[in-house]
Amino acid sequence: MIERRYFFQIDWLLLAIAIALTVIGIANIYSATHIHQPYLYKKQLYWLIVALVVMVPVVAINYSLFERFAYVIYGISLVTLVIALLWGHSAGGSRRWLDLGFFHFQPSELAKIAFMMALAKYLSSRELPRRGLSLKELMGPAALLAPPFLLVAKQPDLGTALIFLFVFASMLCIVKIRLKTMLTISAGILAMIPFVWHSLKDYQKARLLSFLDPTMDPLGSGYHILQSKIAIGSGGFMGKGFTQGTQGTLMFLPAHHTDFIFPVLAEEWGFVGSFVVLLLFLLFIIRGMDITGSAKDRFGFLLAFGIVSMIFWHTVVNMGMVTGLLPVVGVPLPFLSYGGSFLVTTFVGVGLLLNIGMRRFLF
Amino acid sequence: MRYISDKDPSEFRERLFIAIGVVFFIFSILVVRLWYLQVMKSHYFGELSLNNRIRVTKTPAPRGLILARDGTILAENRPGFDLAIIPEDVEDMEKTLSTLEKLVGVNKEILRKRIKRARGRPPFKSIKLKKDLSWEEMVRVAIYRFELPGVLIEVGPTRSYPLGEITAHLIGYVGEISVREQERLRRAGKTSYSLGDIIGKSGVEAIYENVLRGMDGGRQIEVDAHGRLIKVMKEIPPFPGNNLRLTIDVPTQLALWEALSGKAGAGIAIDPRNGKVLAMVSTPSFDPNLLIGGISEEDWQSIINNPFRVFTNRAIQGQYPPASTFKVITAAAALEEGIIEPSTKMYSGPVFRFGGREYRDWKPEGHGNIDIKKAIIESADTFFYQVGLMVGIERLARYAEMFGFGKKTGIGFGTEKAGLVPTPEWKKKTYGTIWYDGETILTAIGQGFLLTTPLQLANAYASIANGGTLYMPQLVESIESPSGEVIKGFEPVELGKVGLSPETLSLLKEALRGVVADEDGTAHHLNVDGLRIAGKTGTAQVVRLKKRTRDIEKIPYKHRDHAWFVGFAPYDDPRIVVAVIVEHGGFGSQSAAPVALKVIQTYLKGLEERDKMLSAEHKRGERL
Repeated sequence: MIERRYFFQIDWLLLAIAIALTVIGIANIYSATHIHQPYLYKKQLYWLIVALVVMVPVVAINYSLFERFAYVIYGISLVTLVIALLWGHSAGGSRRWLDLGFFHFQPSELAKIAFMMALAKYLSSRELPRRGLSLKELMGPAALLAPPFLLVAKQPDLGTALIFLFVFASMLCIVKIRLKTMLTISAGILAMIPFVWHSLKDYQKARLLSFLDPTMDPLGSGYHILQSKIAIGSGGFMGKGFTQGTQGTLMFLPAHHTDFIFPVLAEEWGFVGSFVVLLLFLLFIIRGMDITGSAKDRFGFLLAFGIVSMIFWHTVVNMGMVTGLLPVVGVPLPFLSYGGSFLVTTFVGVGLLLNIGMRRFLF
Repeated sequence: MRYISDKDPSEFRERLFIAIGVVFFIFSILVVRLWYLQVMKSHYFGELSLNNRIRVTKTPAPRGLILARDGTILAENRPGFDLAIIPEDVEDMEKTLSTLEKLVGVNKEILRKRIKRARGRPPFKSIKLKKDLSWEEMVRVAIYRFELPGVLIEVGPTRSYPLGEITAHLIGYVGEISVREQERLRRAGKTSYSLGDIIGKSGVEAIYENVLRGMDGGRQIEVDAHGRLIKVMKEIPPFPGNNLRLTIDVPTQLALWEALSGKAGAGIAIDPRNGKVLAMVSTPSFDPNLLIGGISEEDWQSIINNPFRVFTNRAIQGQYPPASTFKVITAAAALEEGIIEPSTKMYSGPVFRFGGREYRDWKPEGHGNIDIKKAIIESADTFFYQVGLMVGIERLARYAEMFGFGKKTGIGFGTEKAGLVPTPEWKKKTYGTIWYDGETILTAIGQGFLLTTPLQLANAYASIANGGTLYMPQLVESIESPSGEVIKGFEPVELGKVGLSPETLSLLKEALRGVVADEDGTAHHLNVDGLRIAGKTGTAQVVRLKKRTRDIEKIPYKHRDHAWFVGFAPYDDPRIVVAVIVEHGGFGSQSAAPVALKVIQTYLKGLEERDKMLSAEHKRGERL
């Protein structure tokens, strides 16, 4: 199925950046957890290997096959979400995981890819008006978004739900939405805010409030933000050095190996290290955009763009959160945060990008 | 269905550039933010991160011991377990407090109040929730410790007073420093106290706070976010406080306590040769050990609601009319000023009429024609009414002040009262009215405005006993290092000489001896063989009663007179002066004198035994 000529078309730089970021992440996980959970970095290393293995068929299979089965994949992912919600393994107050015996699988991760495939397929199968999508024409895509979005929000996993929304909006914007439609939606969202506020859980409200004023309750809900800022800020320009960070290793930072891994890095490697990591992300995204632009068909273009926007939004929301620019929503940082499902999903995304990139020519 | 799988997506490509623009824009915001946090504010956050992980904990210095002069321990430290909390480390305060309520039996709301009260403390400093846990409580808390992050058991020295209420007023007690005390000390330039520190609250504990306190040590420790110790970075051992050796004689103190217990009153014993305080008791008393262990609400209420004001140290704070005990001072003034001779006889009937008023004598039949010695022995009121008038209030006041009345003795207690020596100027200033001769008559027998503390009275009599020297009462024999070496000894301090001629002094001493030795003396029942007690009784009027009666049971308690006895022994070589007051005790001879007798007996017996032992040792030494 995979031909020799494709092999030379693989974007090795993109893959190298992805692996480099993951290795940086593993080093940081080691630094953050070597005192209390010294096995975690090894597990993440195994996950990288698993991710790379999973990536091989994802790259090898012509993505047109994914296009053909996009709705089927989408349907399966919805079923897993429902199962997770009903019988899932709960932790930290939300049902996100499916116990697969040897590991806990997070179906919402797979659902992100499946949703992008379904949306890309939907949009590429329509005659799209040049003036942009109208409100009515948005109903179909919205119908695709609603089930996974609501199921994920119900878990509750506000962060992932938000990513769904952002990816959805990004993909539709690249397709073009009418100005009038945009304005209507904006007005609608503004009108909805009070209702949404009402439906938020107390801890979510507290997080939003403490985001607005983190000193309000520095030992309660503002704790995460403040400790994270202390970690990042105390790193200074050059950082404290590998494993010399105190915020992360001494557990002042909550979730210091998952959502709050970046402050660990920022504390130990300083502004220089943070900047290098940010640069790697930027390079990855530009490279991903490059692949998107060179895609030979609409499905490939839209799927690639969806994947790039997913990684972009994950990065921005996570960084915005840990630096105190955005409220605390549990969104992991791609490649760096500890977590098997997420790493595998990210690498499936990388694989799809490589897949689309190497099949850009019409032979 | 239009399915165009190979449709060229070129129409989207132009918008891809906009997307790249957005990416650059947002990434530059992130870079600026990181620059702000890591470069511009790095110093601020660096400081915060240090505060996060390094904590300084205090290791309280063991307080110095307080010893009696023979080395008996009056205040010591024993290890105690205190329940403490670091609120910053607590995950679920509600749950923690309800668990603690169950474990140590202190109401949740009280615990919450204690935490709230400590709001001004430095972050991560522990707050004491309950002092001195019992063994069972300690074990229970220790078992649950892992479910209660932020809760700790602190082992520290706990103050303990072996003699309890017997020495309560003298030794005082310690407690956590209050915000007001801290403020006062800070203004005085002493900043080494922080909230939660132990400080002497009253008595010797408060007077010699600086000697007893020592220097707290400290540990700089690195902790993780749960407050768990990672490592000790630096440790400064505490430096224990110095010991105090008091002048107190334990058997005498015990005797005084036993004789006084059950009564409201005070007693003080002084060595007249140097002003050393041998015993000091005030009753009713309280158990200072209860105050150390975090007193329960009920115990506290019962103490402060006690109508006898148990915290008052009556020996130095109680101000009473000296009554007949003052007649000696009136006599001294009359003799020294040449108003009467030792041989001058005056008629002292049952009543002295002056200014249209009758001043009665305590003895219904009167004393007849008597001289001053007899007047002291029989405590003849009518004699001293006349003498007092002749001496006049100015001279009476001057002599009273010479004997140390109306002025604090300087024993060191911050709560010491000065008493009162009235003068016409004083009356003008206080009441705006002139002085009446009738008031001089009352002053001459120690009534009226005149007030003294038992300590002042004992000190005044000590100056008669020792031949005219007024000493500052001395409580501390020496300050000793924790290992027992004497750092500083204390010499007797003379406050002044009482300007009396030797003749006057010996006459007064003889008269005071007569009070006990003569058949007609008011304290003749103290004439015990071998003790050779000299002294004076006094009955301080609380209210003026129409009809005096000897049967005090018929008078309501609150209206009964205060009973005084002040005396010394042996009268020819005085070694001890005792002043005793029994509030509402009726006649001095009945209730106060027996107390003094017990005290003198005990002390002199102790001296005798010590002398025997010394001479036995001396003999052994000679034989060798």
